[in-house]
Amino acid sequence: MDQTQDMQASDTPAGPGVAGQPVDVPAHGEGNLDLVGMLFVFMLATFIGIGVIRRVSRLLHTPLMSLTNAISAIAVVGAIIVSGGEEYPLVIRVMGAVALFASMTNIISGFMITDRMLRMFKEQRGRAGEGGGR
Amino acid sequence: MTPALVVASMSFQGLASHAIELAYLIATGLFVLSLHWMGDPKTARRGVYAGAGGMAVAVLATWARPEVAKHLWVLLPILAAIVPGIWLAKVPLTAVPQRTALSHAFGGLAAGLVGSAKFFYWLHHQPEMLTAFRTGAIVVEVLLGFLTFTGSIIAAAKLQEVKWLPQRPWVYKGQNVVNLIAFGVAAVLGVLIACFPHAAWAPWAFGALIFLSLNFGWMLVMPIGGADMPTVIAILNAYAGLAAVAMGFVLDNKLLITAGALDGSSGLILSIIMCKAMNRSFFNVLFGAFGQVQAKAAGGEQKDYKPDTAENAAAILAEASLVVIVPGYGMAVAQAQHKVRELYDQLRKRGITVKFAIHPVAGRMPGHMNVLLAEAEIPYTDLVEMDEINTDMSQCDVCLVLGANDVVNPAARSDTKSPIFGMPIIDADKARTVFAVKRSKSPGFAGIDNELYFLDKTWMLFGDAKAVVGDLVKHLAPQSGH
Repeated sequence: MDQTQDMQASDTPAGPGVAGQPVDVPAHGEGNLDLVGMLFVFMLATFIGIGVIRRVSRLLHTPLMSLTNAISAIAVVGAIIVSGGEEYPLVIRVMGAVALFASMTNIISGFMITDRMLRMFKEQRGRAGEGGGR
Repeated sequence: MTPALVVASMSFQGLASHAIELAYLIATGLFVLSLHWMGDPKTARRGVYAGAGGMAVAVLATWARPEVAKHLWVLLPILAAIVPGIWLAKVPLTAVPQRTALSHAFGGLAAGLVGSAKFFYWLHHQPEMLTAFRTGAIVVEVLLGFLTFTGSIIAAAKLQEVKWLPQRPWVYKGQNVVNLIAFGVAAVLGVLIACFPHAAWAPWAFGALIFLSLNFGWMLVMPIGGADMPTVIAILNAYAGLAAVAMGFVLDNKLLITAGALDGSSGLILSIIMCKAMNRSFFNVLFGAFGQVQAKAAGGEQKDYKPDTAENAAAILAEASLVVIVPGYGMAVAQAQHKVRELYDQLRKRGITVKFAIHPVAGRMPGHMNVLLAEAEIPYTDLVEMDEINTDMSQCDVCLVLGANDVVNPAARSDTKSPIFGMPIIDADKARTVFAVKRSKSPGFAGIDNELYFLDKTWMLFGDAKAVVGDLVKHLAPQSGH
């Protein structure tokens, strides 16, 4: 019982320094507070993303897409929590494990193929013999 | 537990959760740096390492969370992912568009599954967690996730040109009405679930929502033709990112929100670029069923192509001082990029300047041509964007159109009735001589006739792009050898 309560506390939105708080704090008020914080983060991250990505040369749009693909596999965080979380029933956990498999595949293949493509972009052809990456 | 122990355990937990939050902060920073370094080919590889580092930090920090206790359940899926992950990273570069679509499908599936898992778990075990806001976020996550899943699978299948799927857009009367009604039903369901997550019917409504989302994906992508795939892939990229953002709102996790937002904005920008490059709106791409009706109407008069031999073409190429090559999907299909490099070498040996004119939507995904040509070790400084090359086209002696079609169709400039009217094109028709390499005499993917092929200065080289370019190289090579 105690354990589930702790779990819940760490699951509820906890600002800095309030993690592990007793559970009788109403979830609603806290949730609303953090909702605004999350919207802030979302908005700022979107602006940063637009600013940074607009500067990416068209040359690199395919590797850019495979890189952001790997980064969006950050869903792995949620998948690990569900797959490895102690309190979840089997069915739920299987869903988490499939999600973890899917996002981990994206992470591995995404970063690897991006690097593989980028290795090919050269300013000048390598002189005979030293043929660049190979 | 004694009070002292409770306090101690709480402070330990506080410390651990601080460390995890801090790790997430570092991961976020690394992701932003990663995309920043991606801006320049010189620093781009550093960007990959930063991204991979950020991801490793995020995975380890999450694994270290106190509530993640079933380590085997984490370890096994990760181990299982290694082989398919490596396999998907080793595909030939011509298959990169379908690989990308497939990975969007995986991303969507993960988001949809985690959202559904959380919903059903909370419903049965911690109903108080299902606030209206959080449930709403779950609805968005599941909708976007499963829609991206099936939509991307169809997109990948179309790009792979599998036999069981028609390549032409799949349309029927009233399709948009059906789609809109289905979407309306899903939206109403979503609002109802968010407002009454504890109602007895909520799990059924949620199941119906999953079913509808899975169906949306293919319903949206089936009517879209191959030429629009770059835009569709970019939009699906944005969806996958937004699904991760929604997951962040569900799990109160700022790392998910930032990383998802970075991905979402990337997809958004790429789709805007693609739409601009085709002079079309999002709405038009998604609901337009491009090129379906027009293809039938345009089949009026029959004009004749002027075919030429590779020998003649090689002779004319040898006399040129500026050659512009316009690659398109045909080059990718034929895997002709290495032969093209040989041609590039032969021409350069004769002191001829060779440039590649890259249209933003050439190929099947953003930047597709650049990657293929880079694979053939053509320096990226010779890959020129459309706007830049167009100012030089009047000085171009020979323009070699290599499996490109709509992106060089002058109808886009002049014919207000053409479905591609207004689309920015590469001005191949301004070159002194044009050689167009074409697989067959049929019109391109959009099903539109190309006036460029019937101009007095245009000569056709029919055949597989790889074979034709190989012939050109053969005819150019002996003279330079001796």
